[in-house]
Amino acid sequence: MLELIVISTLNGVLFGMLLFLLSSGLTVIFSMMGVLNFAHASFYMLGAFFGYQLTKWIGFWPALVLAPLLVGAVGMAVERYGLRNTHKHGHVAELLLTFGLAFAIEEIVSMIWGKSPMDYRIPAALDFPAFTVFSTNYPAYKIFMLVVSVAIFVALLIVLKRTRVGLIVQAALTHPSMVGHLGHNVGRVFMVVFGVGSALAGLAGVIAGPSLVTQSDMAGLLGPILFVVIVFGGLGSLPGAFIASLLIGLIQTFAVALNGSLASAFGPLDPSLGPSVLTDIWNVTIAQIAPILPYVLLVLILIFRPMGLLGTRET
Amino acid sequence: MTAAIEVNAVQKHFGNVSIIRDLNLSVAKGERHAIIGPNGAGKSTTFNLISGHLKPSSGEIRLNGGVISGLRPFEINRRGLSRSFQVTNVFARMTVWENVRCAVLWATGHRYAFWKNVDHLPEVKQRTAEILDDIHLSHRRDVPAGLLTYAEQRELEIGITIAGGANVIMLDEPTAGMSHAETERAVALIRRLTEGRTLVIVEHDMSVVFGLADRISVLVYGHIIASGTPEEIRANPKVREAYLGEEGH
Amino acid sequence: MSDAATTTSDMPKEQSGSSARFYSIWLIAAIALIVLPLIFSSGGSLTSFSLIGIAIIFALSYNILLGQTGLLSFGHAVHYGLGGFIAVHAMNAVANYNWPLPLPFIPLIGGIGGVAFAILVGWVMTKRAGTVFAMISLGIGELVASSSLILRSMFGGEAGITTDRTALPHMFGWTFGPQLQVYYLIAFWVMISAIAMYALTRTPLGRICNAVRDNPERVEFIGYDPHVVRYLAYGFAGFFAGIAGGLAAINFEIANSAYLGATQSGLVLFAAFIGGAAYFFGPILGAILVTYLQLGLTNLTTVWQLYFGIIFIGIVMFAPGGIAGLLMMHRPLIRAGSLGMVIPSYLMAAIPTLALALGVILSIETVARYTASEGEGNIINLLGIPFNATAPVTWIVAALLVVGGFLVARLTWRRVAEAWDRAATVARDRGYLA
Ligand SMILES: Nc1ncnc2c1ncn2[C@@H]1O[C@H](COP(=O)(O)OP(=O)(O)OP(=O)(O)O)[C@@H](O)[C@H]1O
Ligand SMILES: [Mg+2]
Repeated sequence: MLELIVISTLNGVLFGMLLFLLSSGLTVIFSMMGVLNFAHASFYMLGAFFGYQLTKWIGFWPALVLAPLLVGAVGMAVERYGLRNTHKHGHVAELLLTFGLAFAIEEIVSMIWGKSPMDYRIPAALDFPAFTVFSTNYPAYKIFMLVVSVAIFVALLIVLKRTRVGLIVQAALTHPSMVGHLGHNVGRVFMVVFGVGSALAGLAGVIAGPSLVTQSDMAGLLGPILFVVIVFGGLGSLPGAFIASLLIGLIQTFAVALNGSLASAFGPLDPSLGPSVLTDIWNVTIAQIAPILPYVLLVLILIFRPMGLLGTRET
Repeated sequence: MTAAIEVNAVQKHFGNVSIIRDLNLSVAKGERHAIIGPNGAGKSTTFNLISGHLKPSSGEIRLNGGVISGLRPFEINRRGLSRSFQVTNVFARMTVWENVRCAVLWATGHRYAFWKNVDHLPEVKQRTAEILDDIHLSHRRDVPAGLLTYAEQRELEIGITIAGGANVIMLDEPTAGMSHAETERAVALIRRLTEGRTLVIVEHDMSVVFGLADRISVLVYGHIIASGTPEEIRANPKVREAYLGEEGH
Repeated sequence: MSDAATTTSDMPKEQSGSSARFYSIWLIAAIALIVLPLIFSSGGSLTSFSLIGIAIIFALSYNILLGQTGLLSFGHAVHYGLGGFIAVHAMNAVANYNWPLPLPFIPLIGGIGGVAFAILVGWVMTKRAGTVFAMISLGIGELVASSSLILRSMFGGEAGITTDRTALPHMFGWTFGPQLQVYYLIAFWVMISAIAMYALTRTPLGRICNAVRDNPERVEFIGYDPHVVRYLAYGFAGFFAGIAGGLAAINFEIANSAYLGATQSGLVLFAAFIGGAAYFFGPILGAILVTYLQLGLTNLTTVWQLYFGIIFIGIVMFAPGGIAGLLMMHRPLIRAGSLGMVIPSYLMAAIPTLALALGVILSIETVARYTASEGEGNIINLLGIPFNATAPVTWIVAALLVVGGFLVARLTWRRVAEAWDRAATVARDRGYLA
C-alpha cells in the first residue's frame, strides 16, 4: 500500500507538472488575448510527433531543443496569419478558428504518421531504473521529465518576475483591460507570448511522447482535461492553474492505480437482479472511472464555486 | 411617507481602495434628484450599487421601504427601478423596435413566454410604438441599434430605461457628448417622460442640473458633502469650495 | 399618441402581406419534401435525404444555442445521443410489451430524453456564458461519452443497442420497413420541428434570447435573469436534438456511443456555422452541405475530415457569417440593382481561387497517398486527369498551383473588395443599406 502511495504520488506530481506546462501557456494566452486556444493540446501532439521524427533523424537531444522551437514557430504563424485576422470578428470566431485548427492538425498528423502509436523510444542514456521503491523500479526517464518540467516552471517564474515581457504578462493577468494600453508593439508581444506558449506545449509533447503514447488521438484525449484544469483553477489565474494541474494529476494517477469497486468492497450483487445500470455501477472499478473524474470535478466546482478555485473573472 | 430610495451608510471598496465611504442619500417619491460631483467621485458606482450591479461592502439600500441591497439587478428592476448607463449599453444587433420591445416584455407580464407570438401582443405593440414615438425614433425602427448615430443611441438608451414603466428612473449622464440642441431636446424628453415618477440623474451640465432638479446631492470622493434644493446648493460654501469653485462655475 | 395609433392600424395590412409570403415559403418547403423522393428515387438518394433531414433538425436545434442565444456548445451531441438511446429503448420496450405506441411517435420520446438531460445538467451549465460555457459543454460531453462506455446495460458498450423499427404497431398500414416510408417519417418531423423552432424565435422568450446573446448585462436591467433565459434555451435545444437523435435511431435501427461523442458535436457545430448562424435558414444550408460532403467525400478520399477542417477554417477566417451571411450580404445590392458591378470581379477571382483549391487538393492527396502504408494505389484522379502521387511532375504541378494560385488570387480578391465597395456605396446612396 505504501509502495502504491509513493509511486502514485511521484507519477501524479509528474503528470500534474506536465499538465501545468500546458495549462500555464494556455492561461497566459487567455489572459492576454482573451482567446482560449483550443489547439493548445494539438501543439503538444505536434511536439511529440516532431520529437519522434527528429529523434529518428538526428537523435533525441537535438530533437528536444529543435522540436519545441518548430512548434513555437507554428504557433507564431497561427497567431500572425490566423488569429490576428480573426480578432475583428470577436472571441467566438477566434475560439472557432482554433477549434478548426485542432481538427485539421489531428487529421494532418494521422494523414502523415497514420493512426497507430509511434515507436517513440526512451533515449538509451536514460533507459535505466533510477531507484527502487520497495519492489518497483522507478525509471530514470520519469525523473528526467520531472526535472525538465520543474526547471521550466522555475524559469517561467524568473521570466515573469524579472523581465519586461514578464511584467507585461503579469499586468495582463491582473488587469486584463491594461493590455489595450501596451502601445504599437502589442501585436509582437502577442505573437511572442503565443509562440512561447506553443513551444512549451511542444516541449511537453517531446518529453511525454516516449513515456506516454505518441498517437494521433493524443490531443483529443488530453485537450478536454486541459480545459478542465484551467476552468477548475479559475480562468486566467496562473496559481489556480498550478493547483488544479497538480490536483487533477494526482487524482487521475491514484484512480488509475486503484482497483477497488463497490463489488470488491461489499461483495457482488445478487445475480438474480440481472444486468442493470445498478450492476454496472456496482462492478465498475475506480481505475475504470479515472477518465471521467476530471469532469466530475468540473461539475462540482461549477456547482460550488462557479468562478473556479482562484478565479476572479466573469468571462 | 417612505422615501423612494434610501441609502444608509453604504461603503464600497475594490480590493483595499475605498471608493464609496459612508454614503447616505434619501430621494423622496416623485422628486427629481440630481447627483453631481467631479470625475471619479463615485457617481456611477453609486448607481451600480443602487441598481444591484455591484454589491455594497456594507450598509443598506431601500427601495420604497423594502431592502434591496444584495438583490440581483433583475429583482430590483422588477420592484420598479430602472437605470440607464453612462456608456451606451443597447442590444447592438437587434433593431430599434426590438430593443424597446424587449424592455417592455417583462412589465407587460409576458416574461419567459414561449407559447405566444410576440408580434400578436397588442399592448406590447402599442407601448413599444408609444415609446419609439416619445424618443423620436419611430422613423428608425427597423435599423439595428449598433448602426444608430451617437445621439440616437443615447435616446434609445433612455427609451429602454423607461419602457418597463418603472416608477424610479435613474439616468447616468444622459446628455453626455450631445450638442447643445440635442441636449435641450433630451432634457425636454426626460422632463416629460419622468412626469409623476421619481428621477435620479447624474449630470455634468450645470444648466441641465439646475433647470431640472428639485434637489441636488454633491458627491466628492465617495461621500455626499451636501444635499439640498438648488438654491441651498448654490449657496453652500463647502460645495463652492470643493466642486463648483474648481469647475469655475 | 396619434402617431402610435396610425402605426398600430397600419400593422395588420403589412403583416398579412408578409405572412402570405411566409406561409408560401413553408408550403413550398413541404411540397419539396414530398416530391423529392419521387424525382430522385434511387436507394442512395433516399438514404441521403433521410440523413440530411436528421441533420437539419439537429443543426437547427444547435442554432437555438449558437445563433439565437450566443452559446457556443462543444457537447450538443449529448442530447442527440441520449435521445437516440431513449428512443431505441422505447422501441424495444414497445415491441416487447406490445404497447400501442406507433413508430411515428418515437422521436417525441427521443425529444423527451434530450430535454430531460438538459433540465438535469443545464442549470449548472448555463450559469456562465462565453468561453466558460464552451468549456463546460465540452466537459459534460466527455463525461457522458466516457460514462456511456461504463454503463453497458444502458448504452450497450462499444457495440451499441440495436432495435427493429418494423416490430412496432403499424400506422396507416405502413410498416416503416422500406426506406421511403422512413424518409417520409423523417420529412414529417423535419417540417414539424422546423416550424416549431421558427415559431420559438418569434416568441417573447425567443426575442429575449437574442437580447441575451447581444448584451447579457443589460438584460438584467430590463427584468430578466439571463441565467434562466439561457437555461430555457438550453432545454429547447436539448429537446429538438433529442428528436433528431430519435429519428437517427429509427433510421439506423441502432444507437451507439458514437452518437454522443465529440465528433458528432463537432459536426453539428460545423453545419450550423458553415451554413450561417445569424439566420434561421443558415443551419439548414449547412446541414445539407455538410451531410452531402460527408457522404460524397468519404467515397473519394481517405482524408475527407481534413477537407472539413480546412473549409471550416476558411469560413471562420473569411466569411464568419457563413453561407447564409454571404448570400444575405448581396440582398441590398440586388435591390439597388448594383449587383452587376461585382459579378465580373467575382468571375475573375474564381479562376485563380479554383487553381489554388485544386493545388491544395493535389498536395493533400499526394501526401496522403505517399504516406499511406498500405498500397492504396498512387493515382490521383483530379478533374479526370490522372496524377501519379510518386511522380515529381505531380509535386511540381501542385506547388505551382498553390503558389501561383495564391499570388494571383490575392490580387483578384483585392479587386473584388474594391468593386464591392463601389457597389455598396451605390446601394447605400439608393437607400438600401442600413
Ligand atoms: N470595478 C472597479 N474596480 C476598481 N475600481 C473601480 C471600479 N469601478 C470604478 N472604479 C473606480 O471608482 C472610482 C469612481 O468611479 P465612478 O465611475 O463611479 O466615477 P464617476 O463619478 O461616475 O465619474 P465620471 O464622472 O467620470 O463618470 C474611479 O476612480 C474608478 O476608477
Ligand atoms: Mg460615471
